Amino acid sequence: MSNIVVVAEVRAGKLKRPSLEAVAAGLQLAAQNGGKVIAVAVGSGLDAAGADLQKSGAHQVVLIDAPGFANFSGDAYARIVTEQCKKHAPAAVLMAHTAMGKDLLPRVAAALDAGLVTDVVAVGFQGGKFTAQKPVFAGKATLHVQATRSPFLATLRPNNFEAKSGGPATIEKIAAEAGNLLSVVKEVIAAAQDRVPLQEAKVVVAGGRGLKDPEQFKILEGLAAAFGPGVAAVGASRAVVDAGWRPHREQVGQTGKVVSPTLYFAIGISGAIQHLAGMRTARTIVAINKDADAPIFKVADYGIVGDAFEIVPALTKAIAALTASK
Amino acid sequence: MDIVVCVKRVPTTDTPIKIAADGKSFDPTGVKFELNAYDEFALEQALRIKEQLNAGSVTVVTLGPKAAEKELRDALARGADKAVLLSTEQWVSDSWACAQALHSWLKTVKCDVVLCGKQAVDADNNQLPSRLAAMLGFGCVTEVAKLTLENGTFTAERDIEGAREVLTCKAPAVLSCNKGLNEPRRASLKGIMAAKAKPYSEVPAQLPEPAMAIVSLTLPPARAAGRILGTGADAVPALIAALRNEAKAL
Repeated sequence: MSNIVVVAEVRAGKLKRPSLEAVAAGLQLAAQNGGKVIAVAVGSGLDAAGADLQKSGAHQVVLIDAPGFANFSGDAYARIVTEQCKKHAPAAVLMAHTAMGKDLLPRVAAALDAGLVTDVVAVGFQGGKFTAQKPVFAGKATLHVQATRSPFLATLRPNNFEAKSGGPATIEKIAAEAGNLLSVVKEVIAAAQDRVPLQEAKVVVAGGRGLKDPEQFKILEGLAAAFGPGVAAVGASRAVVDAGWRPHREQVGQTGKVVSPTLYFAIGISGAIQHLAGMRTARTIVAINKDADAPIFKVADYGIVGDAFEIVPALTKAIAALTASK
Repeated sequence: MDIVVCVKRVPTTDTPIKIAADGKSFDPTGVKFELNAYDEFALEQALRIKEQLNAGSVTVVTLGPKAAEKELRDALARGADKAVLLSTEQWVSDSWACAQALHSWLKTVKCDVVLCGKQAVDADNNQLPSRLAAMLGFGCVTEVAKLTLENGTFTAERDIEGAREVLTCKAPAVLSCNKGLNEPRRASLKGIMAAKAKPYSEVPAQLPEPAMAIVSLTLPPARAAGRILGTGADAVPALIAALRNEAKAL
């Protein structure tokens, strides 16, 4: 058998979008190696997420639904997922490269004594072997690997595989208990409702030292808000994070986050090599900078030279008008 | 608490990467190296735990080339008690193999807590800490951005997508450290002098063949040159038009 297990991520009863992309990657591999895609979700109150997974194109959905799994626990989830992997003997196990995926899949890999390639942007199956591509050095280079051990495990970078639909898949519910936990989630403090996570944002509005003052980031927040709720996130260069203007979770680049939004605005960011590494895979890049010679203009699709305090408000007005007309 | 800090010597973040002649690794010619940025937070946190408890030890270990002695000596100068080099001249990008080598060494030492950077900024794997925890049967919290220790229990905070998680975990544990956890100290002159007398050992790494064999290392395609649409706010309409009609981004 050459099944593909996809570990789906459910937070507060909601299926996370990158999990649908992981199913799509699983379908691509299944088409090449002839297996079935089995989507496995662990959590509490999984009915809605299970229904979404049934329509994801997966052939089979397995839900492990118990109150003890309401919060993510690396060790408890790993035990359950490992059991499912042993049961279905998959050729490959996939999951999204999210905070949960990064924590969970290495534990499963350890339990299966298997290799794992993380933050993958392309997968394949050639000559009986799984292959993957992943950015290294924060995207300054791409590593191409071939699995030598089985099963093949991978976490997939969000926004790189297009979600599919299909089904409805068969669904199976399995009883389990969380048991003793080595690490316990005490609290999950949600960010402001309207704030979209940087790596999931379709649009990133990033600022740097050119903004001169932490207060000036308000104009970037205004531009981000102009796209409407849940579309744009604010990002920051390392310089302004190190200066304490912005929190680290907003940092784009090496030692921060690597993002691939549809649209990236670099405002007052000169374009240090470690920053470019973190945003060069954005589909469209717009740079706004006073210095016409700033390296950021070498990677930007479109540039405007000039004062951000003059340009950004005008841009915000235009975007807000477009958003309102939609 | 006996603490082991896993560190890696990596190219500095302002280094452009060039591909070596074998097409499978980076060309180290002219490349400057440093202690992986996230490992700095792990080392600092280890020193703070030892200071808080006023007991225990901090051992820093790396899987790397002989040249990594420089980063290890620096860690000793900052306050680590002992340094171990598991030596290999290969660039290790495979976490399965790396975990085997570290695990076989860890089994030989007394260790209550393992601190790591969340990822090394060369291979960017972000998988060794929780993999190692599972192999050791230790508790684990990854990407820790805030950490306190009280009555033998760690309380850790970490950022997840759109929220912050607060967790508790007891030793034995593996904790992986994110930026923002602390402000790493630099070595003092006194520390540098003291480091010379501290235990430093080197053993060949027990490194198996990788689970993910490298086929090639390539550079990403260069982005096509863009264009400057104009100067100041007057260029905004041209930008909107380009984003709508050309890039189809709006």
